Amino acid sequence: MSAIEYETVIGLEIHVQLATNTKMFCSCGLSFGDPPNTHTCPVCLALPGSLPVVNAEAIHYGLMIGMALGSTLAPRSIFHRKNYFYPDSPKGYQISQYDEPLCLGGQLGDVRIHRVHLEEDAAKLVHSGGSGRLHASDASVVDFNRGGTPLAEIVTEPDLRDATAAAEWLRMLRATLRALGVSDVNMEEGSLRCDANISIRPVGTTELGTKTELKNMNSFRYIERGIRAEVARQTQILRAGGEVEQETLHFDPRTESITSLRSKEEAHDYRYFPEPDLTPVAITDAMLDRARTALPELPGARADRLQRDHGLSADSAHLLAFRTELGDFFEAALSANGDTPAAEPQALANWMANELVSRIGADVDPADTKVAPAALAQLVAMVTAKQVTQGGARQVLDKLVADGGEPGAIVAAEGLGAVGGADELAPIVEAALAANPDVAERLRGGEMKPIGVIVGYVMKETKGRADGGEITRLVRQQLGL
Amino acid sequence: MSDITALTAKQAADAVAKGDLDPTELFEAYRAKAAADDLNAYTWVAGEAPAGDGVRDTPLGGVPLAVKDLFCTEGVPSQAGSRILEGYLPPYTATVVQRLADAGAPLLAKTNQDEFAMGSSNENSAYGPVLNPWDHTRVPGGSSGGSAAAVAGGSAPWALGTDTGGSIRQPAALTGIVGLKPTYGTVSRYGMIAFASSLDQAGPLTRDVTDAALLFRHMVGRDAMDSTSLQHPDAIVLPTAQRLDGITLGVPEDLTGEGIEPGVLARFEETLKTAQELGAKVVRVALPHAEYGLSAYYVIAPAEASSNLARFDGVRYGKRAEADDLLSMYTKTRHDNFGDEVKRRIMLGTYALSSGYYDAYYGRAQRVRTKIAQDFTSAFEQVDFVVTPTAPTVPFELGSKTADPLEMYLNDYFTVPISLAGIPAISIPAGLSEELPVGFQLAGPAFSENRLLDAAFALEQAIGFDATGGRS
Amino acid sequence: MTHLDSRVVIDREQVLHVAKLARLELSEDEVGRMATELSGVLDHIEKIGELSLDDVAPTSHVVAIDNALRPDVVGPCLPREVALSQAPAVQDDGFLVPSPQA
Ligand SMILES: [Mg+2]
Ligand SMILES: [Zn+2]
Repeated sequence: MSAIEYETVIGLEIHVQLATNTKMFCSCGLSFGDPPNTHTCPVCLALPGSLPVVNAEAIHYGLMIGMALGSTLAPRSIFHRKNYFYPDSPKGYQISQYDEPLCLGGQLGDVRIHRVHLEEDAAKLVHSGGSGRLHASDASVVDFNRGGTPLAEIVTEPDLRDATAAAEWLRMLRATLRALGVSDVNMEEGSLRCDANISIRPVGTTELGTKTELKNMNSFRYIERGIRAEVARQTQILRAGGEVEQETLHFDPRTESITSLRSKEEAHDYRYFPEPDLTPVAITDAMLDRARTALPELPGARADRLQRDHGLSADSAHLLAFRTELGDFFEAALSANGDTPAAEPQALANWMANELVSRIGADVDPADTKVAPAALAQLVAMVTAKQVTQGGARQVLDKLVADGGEPGAIVAAEGLGAVGGADELAPIVEAALAANPDVAERLRGGEMKPIGVIVGYVMKETKGRADGGEITRLVRQQLGL
Repeated sequence: MSDITALTAKQAADAVAKGDLDPTELFEAYRAKAAADDLNAYTWVAGEAPAGDGVRDTPLGGVPLAVKDLFCTEGVPSQAGSRILEGYLPPYTATVVQRLADAGAPLLAKTNQDEFAMGSSNENSAYGPVLNPWDHTRVPGGSSGGSAAAVAGGSAPWALGTDTGGSIRQPAALTGIVGLKPTYGTVSRYGMIAFASSLDQAGPLTRDVTDAALLFRHMVGRDAMDSTSLQHPDAIVLPTAQRLDGITLGVPEDLTGEGIEPGVLARFEETLKTAQELGAKVVRVALPHAEYGLSAYYVIAPAEASSNLARFDGVRYGKRAEADDLLSMYTKTRHDNFGDEVKRRIMLGTYALSSGYYDAYYGRAQRVRTKIAQDFTSAFEQVDFVVTPTAPTVPFELGSKTADPLEMYLNDYFTVPISLAGIPAISIPAGLSEELPVGFQLAGPAFSENRLLDAAFALEQAIGFDATGGRS
Repeated sequence: MTHLDSRVVIDREQVLHVAKLARLELSEDEVGRMATELSGVLDHIEKIGELSLDDVAPTSHVVAIDNALRPDVVGPCLPREVALSQAPAVQDDGFLVPSPQA
């Protein structure tokens, strides 16, 4: 009998630090690696008597995110208190949104959005070695600089089916948020943090299995590896006839191991209730207009435009749209000659995807390299015009990446120009046939395979500057085929 | 001038303005009295008078102010009557205290109170009970008991208190002075150590209605630091009314009768007669849900308090009990440094919010609150003010009600529904019973403070209460 | 809600659970006293169980204020020494606490 096959079901919870000037509920400036506890005030230290006041810009960013994700923007939303004791939570509760969030529903790509709400970030708990005051036991030190940083929490529906898709979708979300300019979206620095709710179920069934929550994976690679590891763990448990228990887990990328986190409050009971220190947020037309006019062209829309206006394939359009920096380079190259496209768009897109990216590195912005958009456009145009062969052009691109410069000049200097007309090529083909009578014989016999020998001979003679198609044409002509 | 501390705050401010009174001399006179206080009304008294020059042309003329301990005052101990904040020095000053200082009412002293404003007798202070100036064996009421005793005893010209369920009005009544609980939101809560955020409101405790109006005038105003604060629609004016013609007073049939001492009821009915003599009409009015006030209040206030007091965790300020692990540090710190009543309410509130109970308790209480507010709204369609005794009893003996929390809670029976509705109310002395003060409460619609003060003033003139029994 | 119909009695277990949520250590006799007192108060509170309130909206704010928002303008912060001045224990310019793991 064969083992049951399982299907993975993944939902993501993404915390995004908003790039406002001040914190969510006080006027302290946001901190970027400043000395500990230099960005605090009575409010974010939760001193007795202090009160929170909502940062209007955080609401504005929240609305922009909701619009970008096609969410329903709540005409009225309120904040709740999420009560739990932990040193990173100075008030003993986090001000968050509960049953009346700012944004409901929406969709990005083929993943549905459940909700988007605003809340405040926790402080940083820095583990410190044993301290005099606390005998042998370890101690921690709290730095409240980060405490109160505005967060947007984006929660998806469980629409993802594997680790790769999850990481891919998260990249799409990051590109969208970056285009909005509402966050630095830097996973390593923690301005974009992702938790995954993971469960598996027998293929063909619809009921959701028990889910576990995999916390804070701070890179796309870790997310993929973490989810894989957890899916493997769950599959093993079920195969062994066991049961997955609902818990919060941590993935250690060094050991590839999954460990259970001790929850912040053993008995999980956050005692949510409406925050009495804050009044409702009621979205006005002015607020909506401001958010709408602040929306840039979003990656999804850009992909459609690139396909529509330049006839790009869906894949090329998607790549250029969701890797904003590639899209910008592409459009700059295309418009290098003003209105007349500097190169055939799809060819240019292919050269960027296949040749340029592999040379400069996957995560490098081509704008930061020596290759000028106009130069790449010119090179691609020369290939199309058969002024340089694919092989020659690759060598030119190597040079452009290394030293920059102008393709025409490089082709001339390196003598990489394609050996053009029949008059120049015909004698060489003739010589090639003469030098290989047996091959010529078999070709006459209708056998086409050995033509490679002739092509090779000619390429050797022309140092690879001849065009393969042209050689074949001349061979047929000279043999009267 | 003979005894300058015999002047009301308004009289003193006028004398300063006229140049007949030196504000520094006035401050010193009160400072000396406060320092010599034998009622345990104070937790801190100013060392010396602030530089007197300048205050002469301020509206409050440098008449010093006693401030309830739970208002944060920069560099001055602000302990909210709790052990857990013993010696705590805030780095900032509460908005309302700052506004009054800017208006010319410098800080004279911090007054004793029930711990975190939880109590009706001031017996829940970590710094000892406050004695009633009329009878040192009796309580001054609470939670603003120190402020009330300070003003009634004459060691402070006026004082700041806070009222969550009656904490200004009830002690004012039990010490024979005037206490105003303003419309929720009209006075900033920023810098006021919170008990129950949706109910807490600062207000004046004064010797007469005029002083209450004068102090309140300089307390109101929207504060950008308090999201729930708003601008009072009216400029607060000093009361002048001599008559109550055309005014209708409503006596809630559902409230009166409930365990009121005969002497208290007698003073209440006399005051109604006085009102009628001044031209007022007295009718019965229905507040069908008011009797549920206490129940709703004892869900809502403790629930909010349980969350508001979570910040006292021994990490950033206040007392800490040493322990090797975090959990024991939390639980020991809070066990050792919170008093019994505070623990009781934290437990009650935590329970009411805990999963499975929220709807039955907090959810329901919030709906009852809606009903009570609606009751008052319809009542004010028939009457100008709702009137009750402020408290059902005269000042009771120290220790007589500490055994049974519920009996203590009943003392707020008349004040709590008004707090839940967020409307303004004032308590004025209605006379004595057993030589002890009795209070008369008037409540009006939101933002009706000017009319409320006017009516209270007319009654005050007619009653002519003799407060000397409280003066030490 | 069944527990609203009958007299509420809070038992030791509930008291201990709630005390844990509230981070309150309770001595043995405090647990007992708390159970009796809470039961008494809750029994009084049961009164609100009598009312039918299904069609009634809850009130969390007595004053209707919307959008009390703050402009995103940076204000002054506390000097670190002031921020730390009232802390029971300080180390490495931060607030020292026993390790949550300990
Ligand atoms: Mg969250
Ligand atoms: Zn701050």
